[in-house]
This record gives sequence, C-alpha cells and structure tokens, in this order.
Amino acid sequence: MDSVAHRLSAVGAGAALELRGVTRLFGALAALTDVTLTVRPGERRAVLGSNGAGKTTLFNCITGDFPPSSGTIRFFGEDVTHFPPYERIRRGLRRTYQISALFPGLTVQDNVYLACRGVSRGRFSFLRPGQNDALMHAADNLVQAVHLSAVKDQRVAELAHGQQRQLEIALALAGAPRFVLFDEPAAGLSPTERAELIEILTSLPPHIGYIIIEHDMDVALRVVESVTMMHNGRIFKEGLPEEIQSDPEVQELYLGGGHE
Amino acid sequence: MSLAHDSRIAVRHAALAQRPARVWPEINHPAAWIVAAILVIMPLIANGFFLIEIFASTLILGTMALSLMVLAGYGGMVSLMQLTIAGFSAYMVAVFGISGNANISLGWPWWLAVPMALALATAFGTLGGALAVRTEGIYTIMITLAIGAAFYYFTNQNWAIFNGHTGINTVATPHFWGVNWRADIPFYYIVLAVAALCYFAVEYLSRAPFGLALQGVRDNPRRMAALGFNVNAHRVAAYAFASFIAALAGVLQVWNYRQISPGSVSVGACIDVLIIAVVGGITRPIGPFIGALIFVLLRTFALDFLVRIGLDGNRFRLLIGLGFLAIVFWSSDGVIGLWQRWRQSRGADRSGGGRRHG
Repeated sequence: MDSVAHRLSAVGAGAALELRGVTRLFGALAALTDVTLTVRPGERRAVLGSNGAGKTTLFNCITGDFPPSSGTIRFFGEDVTHFPPYERIRRGLRRTYQISALFPGLTVQDNVYLACRGVSRGRFSFLRPGQNDALMHAADNLVQAVHLSAVKDQRVAELAHGQQRQLEIALALAGAPRFVLFDEPAAGLSPTERAELIEILTSLPPHIGYIIIEHDMDVALRVVESVTMMHNGRIFKEGLPEEIQSDPEVQELYLGGGHE
Repeated sequence: MSLAHDSRIAVRHAALAQRPARVWPEINHPAAWIVAAILVIMPLIANGFFLIEIFASTLILGTMALSLMVLAGYGGMVSLMQLTIAGFSAYMVAVFGISGNANISLGWPWWLAVPMALALATAFGTLGGALAVRTEGIYTIMITLAIGAAFYYFTNQNWAIFNGHTGINTVATPHFWGVNWRADIPFYYIVLAVAALCYFAVEYLSRAPFGLALQGVRDNPRRMAALGFNVNAHRVAAYAFASFIAALAGVLQVWNYRQISPGSVSVGACIDVLIIAVVGGITRPIGPFIGALIFVLLRTFALDFLVRIGLDGNRFRLLIGLGFLAIVFWSSDGVIGLWQRWRQSRGADRSGGGRRHG
C-alpha cells in the first residue's frame, strides 16, 4: 500500500493538482474533511464513493464554485485557493456537471463557441465573428469531435439527453485544457453512448489529465489509471483500479453494499 | 427575473427557423422593408401632431424600453431604473446646456452638453448596475426601483441643480446649418435615426461575442463562470451599454418636451417602461417599439374613446393595465409572441423570414 501511495503522490512541484487539508463546511455539516490529494499532469483518476461522500463538493472546491472553508488548492504549482472560478478556468482547468449545465436558449454551435470564447481574449467583443473566425472553426471542430455536427444549429433545449451529455463534454474541452473534472459523464447514457464516451475519454491527448466521478465501474475503471475512494467527506483509500476493486473494505463499503 | 424566465420559455417556442450564419444584420422580410419605407416617408403622410406626438414619442419611449429589453431579454436582469437613467441624461442636457433657468443652466452649446449628459448618465447607470448585479431576481427589481424612487424624490427636493418640483423649462434645442432641428420634420428624422441606430446596434450585438455571452449569463451564470467568463463584469457591461441607449433616449425626450421635471422621472413612469417592454415582448429588439406604439396610441386616443362611452378619460391606464394583464396571461413573449404564434398556426411551412430569437 505504501508503495502505491508513493507512486500516486507525484513530486509536489510537478503536480497538476495538489489539495492540502481541504475542508468544506455547510453550516455544521462537513461535506469535505481534511482532503489531501495530489494528481500528476496527464494522470487519469476516478473518484468513487457513495452518494454524499463529498465527490461533487470536491469538484466544486477545485473549480471554485464553492471556495473551501480551509486548506489550499494548487493548480500546476500556483495557489488558486482564493481565485474565482473563471481565473482557474483560464489557467486550463475544466469541468463538466452532473446535471447538464448548458445554455438552453442558444444553439449547439453557440454553446461551444461561448466555451471557446471564454478561454480566449475578446470576451467583450462587440464585433460579430466573421466567416474565417478562428474560434468559429475551433467550435466547429469540437462539435464534430463529440458527434453533434448534425444538430449544430438546433437549440440545446431541443436536444436528446445523450446529445446534451456530449455537448456538456464539448464545453469542457474548449481551448487548451490541461486538467478536466468529469462529474458523472455517463449518467443516463445508453450502452452505445457509453461506448462513445469511453472512446472520447481514452482518445484525449495524453497531456490532458482528468478526474472522473462515475458510478458505472465499467466506464470508470476502463478510463483511469488510479482510483481514490471517498467516504463521508474523507479520502478513504487510494490505489490502482484492480487493487481498489479487490479491496475487501472497499467492497463492503461500496461495491458490494447498498449502491443502486 | 421571473419575467425574463418566462420569456425564455417563449424563446424556445419561437425556434422554428434555422438560422443561417450571418455577419451583418439584414432586413430579409418584406414586411420589415415596408415598415422601414413607411417610417422614412412618414413626414409625407402624417401631419405634425402624428409625426411628433405619436411616432417620435413612440420611438423615444421604444428606445428607453429597448434598453430594458437588452438587460431583461438578453441578460435576464429586470431593471426598473432605465427611465431614471434617461431622465438623468435629460436633466444633464438641461443643466449643462441652455434653458430658461439661467441660474442653473451652464449654457454650454448642445454639442458639448449632449456628450457630457451621455457620459454622466452612462456612468450613473453603470454604477447603479454595479450595485444591482450583486443581487438576483426580485432583488434586482427592488434595488433598481429604489434607485428610481430615490432619484425622483431627490429631483423634487434639490433646488440647486434640479430646480425642485418645477424642474427646468425652455430647454434650448439645436439650431445649426440654418436648420431648426426641433422643427417637426427634422426632429422626427433625428429621433428615427437614433432609434434605428440603437435597434440595429442591439440586433447586431445579439450575435456578437458580448451579446452571446450575455445570453449565456441569462441561461446559466454558474456555467459561464466555469467557461472562463467573469459573469458580473459582463452584467455590469450590459448595464453600461443599456444605460447609453437610455441616455440617448433621454436627450431626445428633453428636446421633445423642451423641459424636464420630476413628473417625467416618477416611479409610475419607470414602471411604464417595464409595461411597454413586456407588452411588446422582451425577446427581440422590435418588441419594445411595438409596445411603445400601443402605449402611445392608448395614451393619446383612449381618452376620447372612454369619454364617448361615458367613462372618465383619465382611465386610459385602466385599458393599458387590462392589456398588460391579458399579455402576461396569454403571451409571455408579448405582442410579438402572439403574432409569431398566429403566423405559425397559419402555416408552419412558410419560412420564418429571419424572425429568430432576439
């Protein structure tokens, strides 16, 4: 176990993401307690745990949607603990949401265009993008990458659930992401769509690391190289996928137990 | 916020026509060309009363309501202070320019007083917006209403600048190149030009990065932050843009009436702007102008009509109120929403003619 922990916790300065003693309180409730976590650049990791284990709160603290009550968060060596979300995003952090957080009144193309624009200059531009706008092309490519070209001029409100999930991922891959947080990307997807999702995740450029929250072990364990187990807001165990899968404590707590 | 929220649902109803990639705003509907042509040749058709009291008034009120439409329709922020910003701009034209109240007015020529008024009113609206964006929904309405009410009472009680309840009278209007620009026909064209400029600017902006981002902020501010946008900065910038439009309308208004007094910036007048925008429809820039036309027609002619059927002529607000109720009840997208649905029921196969979202 010791050697695994050693392998997983990369050298501090070179870490993509480094959390130290992160605690998040909601009133008297501690959603996260003293979470310390290090992820290497390019590393792909699953965060597992039952409902209420603090997985999504962990994401919210990393992106700054909710600031942590205490502790520090470093992103590629830079202390971002007190940065607003948009500053972290501009530094290459990305996330998706468990419940799709899209812009229903806009088209697919406009959604992706906004994602591209958000991480580049000209966010306040009053000039319409022209035919040869570089970001328009970037948006086109992203739409294509998540297989949504056929519906790119449709309003997001009219898309099927699976398409909305794919768009959710496209928004997180705009610009030059360095590290992505995927919050249950497979939720509600059909088996075919799951296969597509696995393909999208495994074909990401190797320098892009990610953390994925996923209840579906078939998806989660196929796209990661390491696993962090959470329980009651604490990190419970870290290891390789096969170690976690065969760990008796983990099986009792999560895999075998009352997980729906 | 609920108003904007309702409108959002209506936006989706209107989503039939696929939008071609467009760079410049275009008038690609024959009816729009006809309306534009009629507006341009209006002085040949209409007498001075119609030209100023109906059409210029409509365009001025419509421009004020347009500034609310930008905030509410694109940004999801219902501001009740748009008339206050216009009124502030009008006061500043009177204070810096030339008026009958020589003890107050500084006597600057119009080409200095107007930019000054526009700059100050835009700054005023931006500051108010910077306060308002710290709140959401009903609290945005409350804080902007508070700013409007405070300004109204301040103008009533301040004599040094705003000349108390009597206001500032006989405000000078521009004369140059041998033209009296407040004469009916030149003034109508000034108003038409400013209104058209604001209309097309808003229409153009809706597809520019800033406008798209604003609609993103309306739909999902949290996600916008997670895409790298500083949401509050966008909201404040929207207030600045909308304030500039309202300030332009304020300049036109003070030139129209040649006076400005607290009655013009009352809380009731602030709410009129909201009613105009909602009745017309806040999802597209044309909506506020349609709402303003209905409002002005009712204000002008309901009196005769009511007297004829034996009611007090001042009850025109009753008609407006009933109309408002009916609109809110049956069409959250205002009159343009009603029209849109009527067209769709008549034949969905006809092309949408570029009537997309606003």
